[in-house]
Amino acid sequence: MRDGVRMTTIPEWFKVDGERIVQSLHEADEKFARAPGEMVLDFSSVCRVDPGALRALEEFASKADASAIKIGLRGVNIRVYKVLKLARLASRFSFTNCDAESAAVIEGSSHAEPSTR
Amino acid sequence: MVTTEVMHEPIEVPPATISLSPERMAYLEGLIAQARSAAAVFTQFTQEDVDRIVKPMVLAGLQQAQYLARLAIEETRLGVLEDKALKNMVATEFVYNYVKDKRTVGAIREFPERGLVEVAEPIGVIFSLTPITNPTATVLFKCIMAIKTRNAVIFSPHPSAWHCCHEAVRIMYETAVKHGAPEGVFTCLESHNLQDNAYLMGHKDVGLIDATGGPGVVKAAYSSGKPALGVGAGNTPVYLEKTADLNMAVVDIITSKTFDNGTICASEQTVVIDDEIYDLVLKKFADLGAHVCNDKETELLGRTMIDSETGFLQPIAVGQKATDIARLVGLSVKPDTKLLIAPIRGVGREHPLSAEKLCPVLSVYRAKSVDEALKACIDVNHAGGLGHTAVVFSRNDDVIRQFSEVMNAGRIIVNSPGSIGAFGGVYNDMVPTFSFGCGTGGGNSTMDNVNVYHYLNIKRVARRTQAHMWFRVPNQIYFNLNAVENLRDLESRSTIIITNPALEQFGHVDIVRRHLPPQTLVHVSVIPDAEPEVKVVMQGVEALNLYKVDQIIALGGGSVIDAAKIMKLKYESPEADLEELAAPFMDLRKRVVKYPTAKINRARLVAISTTSGTGSEVTPFAVLTDKERGRKVTLVDYSLSPDVAIVDPQFVMSMPRGLTADTGIDCLTHALEAAVSIYASPYTDSNAMQAIRLVFRYLPVAFEHPGDEEARSMMHNAACIAAIAFSNAAVGVNHALAHAFGARFGVSHGRANALMLPHVIAFNASVPTKFMPSPNQRGYIAHKKYATIADLLGLGGATVEEKVKRLVVATEQLLDQLKIPRSIAELGISKEEFERAMPDLARIAFDDPSWRSNPRMPLVSELVELFWSAYRGRGPAQTTGASQQRTA
Repeated sequence: MRDGVRMTTIPEWFKVDGERIVQSLHEADEKFARAPGEMVLDFSSVCRVDPGALRALEEFASKADASAIKIGLRGVNIRVYKVLKLARLASRFSFTNCDAESAAVIEGSSHAEPSTR
Repeated sequence: MVTTEVMHEPIEVPPATISLSPERMAYLEGLIAQARSAAAVFTQFTQEDVDRIVKPMVLAGLQQAQYLARLAIEETRLGVLEDKALKNMVATEFVYNYVKDKRTVGAIREFPERGLVEVAEPIGVIFSLTPITNPTATVLFKCIMAIKTRNAVIFSPHPSAWHCCHEAVRIMYETAVKHGAPEGVFTCLESHNLQDNAYLMGHKDVGLIDATGGPGVVKAAYSSGKPALGVGAGNTPVYLEKTADLNMAVVDIITSKTFDNGTICASEQTVVIDDEIYDLVLKKFADLGAHVCNDKETELLGRTMIDSETGFLQPIAVGQKATDIARLVGLSVKPDTKLLIAPIRGVGREHPLSAEKLCPVLSVYRAKSVDEALKACIDVNHAGGLGHTAVVFSRNDDVIRQFSEVMNAGRIIVNSPGSIGAFGGVYNDMVPTFSFGCGTGGGNSTMDNVNVYHYLNIKRVARRTQAHMWFRVPNQIYFNLNAVENLRDLESRSTIIITNPALEQFGHVDIVRRHLPPQTLVHVSVIPDAEPEVKVVMQGVEALNLYKVDQIIALGGGSVIDAAKIMKLKYESPEADLEELAAPFMDLRKRVVKYPTAKINRARLVAISTTSGTGSEVTPFAVLTDKERGRKVTLVDYSLSPDVAIVDPQFVMSMPRGLTADTGIDCLTHALEAAVSIYASPYTDSNAMQAIRLVFRYLPVAFEHPGDEEARSMMHNAACIAAIAFSNAAVGVNHALAHAFGARFGVSHGRANALMLPHVIAFNASVPTKFMPSPNQRGYIAHKKYATIADLLGLGGATVEEKVKRLVVATEQLLDQLKIPRSIAELGISKEEFERAMPDLARIAFDDPSWRSNPRMPLVSELVELFWSAYRGRGPAQTTGASQQRTA
């Protein structure tokens, strides 16, 4: 910051493995230290979540809160979004582009984002 | 005698304040969070996913049926092991048989012809209270329903049945999760207390309370302020009527009342028996192992078993064997006694055994007649059994019908056992359940056998539908000069010509008479040249009856033809109530009042129009004046349409210029309003547009040159064609205004229409303050329709707005050419007088049904503004080349 001018930051990216959501989130935990105040979890390969994943997401959100890191979820499909809403977790994240892009990613017609950058 | 600490349902009322320790609250919040998470995850499951889970759950329940029954008996000390096992099997196998093919995920039912789809939405978290009487069966049943519908359940078992219920929940949960159900989908409260229940009942994340149990539980559920299914106690009356198969009835009643020692709330409580068979029935009961009590025994039984303060069965007796109960109260019975039968002489607190008895004690009542029997059944029904179950044994369908009409019961079981019958699926085809809805009589939200559909929010996806439209015209329309000659082909034995004095003087009647077949007996009825009155019509009907006519020829303008339409109606169907038939309606197809179809006479109605405006010769409308009541009666029905229309210009050649102008503009108004009506269709458009074209081209000529045969002929056709259009598409706000204004100031209908017309076009072409609901139209199109008309007339203009303006101007020019006053003020009506009339004008115009098909819904203030616009009048006279060319 310099005289009220905020420096542009590039958020930390992390691709969540749809088959190993809990493990992926644990791995993402480790990126907190490097995260510049914001972190994006790429959910484009997550088709479905289970209660374990919800618990892991809740824990992840709590840790992010404690570290003052904003968490964005990218490419969340509409069914998973509804689950997060019903589980009262949606308000703890911000969401970017959903279905069209995520569907493309799932179908393999577009390259997935790298897991970190 | 086996006793238990708590056998009857406790009266559970939510505490006024909830006082829970932080630890307990955290525990309950944990349960809720777990269930909420499971329910959220469950929303991702497909129908196939849930069906894959349900089947193994059912099999697990069947495999553990005896085990769970034994646990229930050991813990509750109620009922019969074999029966409890059977209930567990019904709760699994029978329920599965019902639900297995039911769609409960996504689109569950589709009605393509109605454009409706029902889509299932899970409730989320259900808080379920289960009873002591059917503990494990109820849990099995609710678990299967919950999985089938993708809901999570938190169970709160009755405290005296906690262990067996917990075990049932465990078996269901482990099986469900093993086959893919979300973790945490079922949980069971660790221990039971009213504070926990109250907390969970009021929790924001609980979507539904499903309370099965006694009145206290049900009341607590409904008092929580949450959506609840609370189903509870009953008091089942049975009518054993003299025509019944007595052997079957007695066995069924014993089977039912002893099933699980009478713990099922649908089981028989009081059997009302016809006098003629009473002794025989009691003997049959006794032969099959029942002990029939004498008066002293009955008194003792009632005094001991029923709590004199509450009127309820003492908990100690619930679900016990007949012999144990006998021993408890000091009766001497045989060791193999199945059932204690207590004759009673009335129903109510003074007859304690008329109450619900969830044990093998059955009251019987001797009835001297069917009436007395039904009254006794009603009394039992109202003594704690409203909405629950009633049973009748009879071979007399009339008795069964009467019984079902007077009983307030969700389940009326005929010629079968009450308890097992009420479950559904065993003795009948009702939906299998372990939760009996008792309707409002029982303080419940449903009277159904609770099933999967009660565990769903069912969304209705309603697609826009197009109403079926119609296009109806008279059977025969003859037009052009000398079309009247076609009368020769209409066979008739006795014909009456209805006309008015002027037309008779003109010789028109003679023309008609000349063209009738020679063998036809012809009568003439001359009526006043004014809107028909009831009295005139009824005199006409007398003439029709007198001459036994088979053909009515209406020769005249709208008034004569309208009169003839109503005469025909009353002649053919004398019972037709004109007042009732004139009742208002919104949609012709949905109207409440139907026109009579039964006819005692039949007559063909031939309409020969002598003006070129109303088009009454083809319309289904008739207006009648009721002078006695000072009102007009408008009748509308296609049965009023004439059978034959003759559009012969020879009858209009002598029309005066003023009448030519007024009726011609009436015709134009019909066509313009039909064109923009919300009921307009391609069929009516073609007629409306053609009529408009003919009017703009020929009306000025007919006005200027009354002897021009072509112009007269075309205007006569135009009137008929416009009438065909508005008969099917209706008119609009112009007519509503003209009706009110014309009636108030005695201005002819055509002229009143003319004064409003340019203002109404401008009004309809602008963006409405209020849109008219019009399912058959896509968006607001009135202005575009006017633009199309402008194009048809060759008025030019580049934009829709410009074209509309040119149509308004062209209409004004036409009115000018016809020497129609430019404003209401020009009629000599003072501003003060008009102002005084305005409240009535606005009210009457708003009450007029005509505007209901107008494309723009007029506000009352807008009607007022339209009246004032017409009062101020149209702009200064203008001329355009296009208009001059057309009228040259």
